[in-house]
Amino acid sequence: MWEHSFRDKAAETRLFRSRAITLAVFILLMISILVWRMAYLQITLHDKYKDLSENNRIQLQPIAPNRGLIYDRNGVLLAENVPSYSLVLVPERVTDMDKTIEFLDTLIGVSERDREQFDKRKKLRRRPFEPIVLRHKLSEEEIAQVMVNRMYLPGVDVEAQLVRHYPLGESFAHVLGYVGRINQKEQATLDADAETKRRYSATQYIGKLGVEKRYEADLHGEVGYQKVETNARGRIIQVLEQQDPTPGQDITLHLDSRLQTLAQKEMKGMRGALVAIEVATGGILSLYSNPSFDPNLFVTGISHKDYSDLRDNPDLPLFDRTIRGQYPPASTLKPFIGLAAVNSGITNWGETIDDQGWFQLENDERLYRDWKRTGHGVVNLERAIVESCDTYFYEMAVRAGIDTISPFLAQFGFGRDMTLDVINALPGLLPDRDWKRARRKSFWYAGDTVNLGIGQGFMLVTPLQLATATSVLASHGEWKVPRLIYAHDDVIDEVPHGDIPDIELNNVKDWDRMSNAMSKVITGTHGTARRLLSRLDFPIAGKTGTAQVVGIKQDEEYDSESLKERLRDHALFIAFAPVDKPEIAVAVVIENGESAGRTAGPIAQSIINEYLGGAEG
Amino acid sequence: MASTDFSRTIGSGHHHGFSRSQALFERIHLDLPLTLLILALTICGLAILYSGSGQEWGMVKRQAIHFAIGLVVMITAAQLPPRFYQAIAPWAYLVGLVALLLVLIMGVGAKGAQRWLAIPGLPRFQPSELVKLALPLTVAWYMARHPVPPKFSVLVKAMIIIGLPTVMILKQPDLGTSILIGASGVLVLFFAGMSWKLIISGGALLAASAPAMWFFVMRDYQKQRVLTFLNPESDPLGSGWNIIQSKTAIGSGGIDGKGFLQGTQSQLEFLPESHTDFIIAVLAEELGLIGVLALLTLYFFIIMRCLYLSAQCETLFGRLLSGSLSVTFFIYVFVNIGMVSGILPVVGVPLPLVSYGGTSVVSLLTAFGVLMSMATHRQNP
Repeated sequence: MWEHSFRDKAAETRLFRSRAITLAVFILLMISILVWRMAYLQITLHDKYKDLSENNRIQLQPIAPNRGLIYDRNGVLLAENVPSYSLVLVPERVTDMDKTIEFLDTLIGVSERDREQFDKRKKLRRRPFEPIVLRHKLSEEEIAQVMVNRMYLPGVDVEAQLVRHYPLGESFAHVLGYVGRINQKEQATLDADAETKRRYSATQYIGKLGVEKRYEADLHGEVGYQKVETNARGRIIQVLEQQDPTPGQDITLHLDSRLQTLAQKEMKGMRGALVAIEVATGGILSLYSNPSFDPNLFVTGISHKDYSDLRDNPDLPLFDRTIRGQYPPASTLKPFIGLAAVNSGITNWGETIDDQGWFQLENDERLYRDWKRTGHGVVNLERAIVESCDTYFYEMAVRAGIDTISPFLAQFGFGRDMTLDVINALPGLLPDRDWKRARRKSFWYAGDTVNLGIGQGFMLVTPLQLATATSVLASHGEWKVPRLIYAHDDVIDEVPHGDIPDIELNNVKDWDRMSNAMSKVITGTHGTARRLLSRLDFPIAGKTGTAQVVGIKQDEEYDSESLKERLRDHALFIAFAPVDKPEIAVAVVIENGESAGRTAGPIAQSIINEYLGGAEG
Repeated sequence: MASTDFSRTIGSGHHHGFSRSQALFERIHLDLPLTLLILALTICGLAILYSGSGQEWGMVKRQAIHFAIGLVVMITAAQLPPRFYQAIAPWAYLVGLVALLLVLIMGVGAKGAQRWLAIPGLPRFQPSELVKLALPLTVAWYMARHPVPPKFSVLVKAMIIIGLPTVMILKQPDLGTSILIGASGVLVLFFAGMSWKLIISGGALLAASAPAMWFFVMRDYQKQRVLTFLNPESDPLGSGWNIIQSKTAIGSGGIDGKGFLQGTQSQLEFLPESHTDFIIAVLAEELGLIGVLALLTLYFFIIMRCLYLSAQCETLFGRLLSGSLSVTFFIYVFVNIGMVSGILPVVGVPLPLVSYGGTSVVSLLTAFGVLMSMATHRQNP
């Protein structure tokens, strides 16, 4: 062909062959590189990659244990675990995220908050194909809506999990507390310890308050594991090994749901607290603060609106008045002051004083008035209790002195948190000279003792402390530390008595005399709680109290009508029954309840009647 | 044993029965050893694909159809005389250039790259596939018109012929294909006897221009690929995922593999693109180093046979074209295995005749057809 014919064909061929051989050698070299590389990966690094591939394939998945249940003393379920369904999305499989969420919104409704939470969760570090929750607590109907449209919703699924539920809701909100999602701070605490980190590796919820928090360790249970083979999408192909989780212990409390729901009913519309204690054991039968809230709202995360409604409610439903409400004990302290007085020998049951309606310290102008302007006339200790004579206790307090009264009251648990398992309980305040010097930078004046005589002034008690002291009074000084726990997994808890000394009086008959006096508070003609007589199913020993919310100045007319509702006196009532063989001790505080005989007294009586009546029937 | 097999396969056979069939094959312009090797590779490829596709018969059947079509095209291409290819070479090149131009103007594609051309009335196609064959064809045609070794001026013109489509494909942007196509043209020059001095200085120039490429030519996604290649662990769940999973698949296979269809990386979908670009990892995981060596041996025989056939071509045009096609085939193999095993960046090159894909199979088999045409047609039979 053309010019080719003039060429040196042999030279051309030689040139090509030499180039071809060069390239053949080069190719052999390059293949050697590939072989070397493959051998390096498959022989030298084989162990490393074998592990990596096993780690890919096999996952050790922790399985959360079922939380222990909580029962009341009659076996009524107070906290259970119920299945809850969540809507989850796998972003990798969702073709159009915006459209999918729009569609889900038209189907079952997706709030702005759900969307925000979803976007937040989506940004967190996660394995590919790990589902993200869009909505919690789907109803049966919503599940059906999603399932029917599933073919139009790639990457959308419904997942089931157990969540805590409190069937009696508001009645037990404060005492049981609630569980909620483990927050970052709690997670950091759990992670700090290798053992808790392991135990909580699958757990999403933790006790936040109350019994749920106090008995978290018992209720939680032991984590289980399963070794599974999954594909890259996280779908489980097969379970290779499984170690079942151990459910948490079921616990039974001393609480009695009949009393608790009755307390809620009786205190409707009021602000206050009721505590009932089983005298023989110290078991807390009822611990109720009103108004309350629905603890179920908090379990999967309370909405912002619901929370601000609770927080901004002027009646403070989140405030647990039973253990954190600190009130002046007022006249409910008189039985204890009276015992202090006779026990110290400064008076006896027979001595009388003549009450003209006021008390005056030596060398002091000030008049300490009795609530009864005209005075009670000639009164002994019993009458002073029955009619709640202030002047008598002014005098006796001053005679006994703070250094006698304060240590005596301390024996009943005032000024200290004496409970076994009620968390966050406040200690109240039992004043003495040292306290006043340290906190008020001032000396203890005789006037301070006068006020303490009628439970006013510095002293503060919580309703739980008041009930505890009443229970100790009812059992003639024998201490049973107040407790909620009754049994773990049907095994009754033997709680050691502890080192709280029982109260020994110089004359043991003083106990009965005081009980007798307190029973006349109801049965006596002039008893301050005589209106309870009409419903007296069981003999009750009680004492009323009226705590001033604002200090009434000397000689100032006290006109309850002119004070706003919130400035009215708090009504207090302590009681135990039956008088001769006490089984139950109760303390009731009704904020701004004004008259103990009309508000707090009847509530305590209802509780006693229900408890003793129920026990009989 | 191996050496006699080797010489028999890549050299002309001495065995009687074999040479009789060989002669018969040559009459229909096919090379028996190469055809058998291709068929062997095809069958291995289909088996690996069955596993790599997640045991999907449908995909294996479709690929088998691709092969059937490819074989028909190969046989047809082998029947056309070298003179025909010589005649159409410049025109094929021009059509290719126009198509590439159209792609840049009105092409369609995904992920920020325009690679496909959708002309009404014609099936959608990638002009770069056409150029893969048209470029070496044209460079070989051009070089064969001048004496070898070529003069410098001829080389410069040839470099322009090579450079035009290469740059246009680079602009799509498709770095991998443009490098492969550029290499196929340069290989023609190499076979034509381009002086070593020029080769070495050219190589040096290319190496020196690499930083400039990084800053002025490469797109962000290409840079990302290179960065991922250098340190895949920097983004283990994102762009590094593929390479980490493929290395894990290969390494965990060990010497003898986990067994056919037993690869956990492949079967549990940890390995991405397990039926296309990353299919060698499936083989490496399930059949181990032994399987890889077997496949590499098969490739090696094919390439050596192709080079042998290239040397047998009667015309300079045929030799240059065949030589370039043979070595280009090897480059595909090398780049693919290199990227899957983590010694090259991920550039999206399929494993020849094993990865799933009709276009790739048909264009590769067409190239084999052209090569057989060059090697078997004699002007004076």
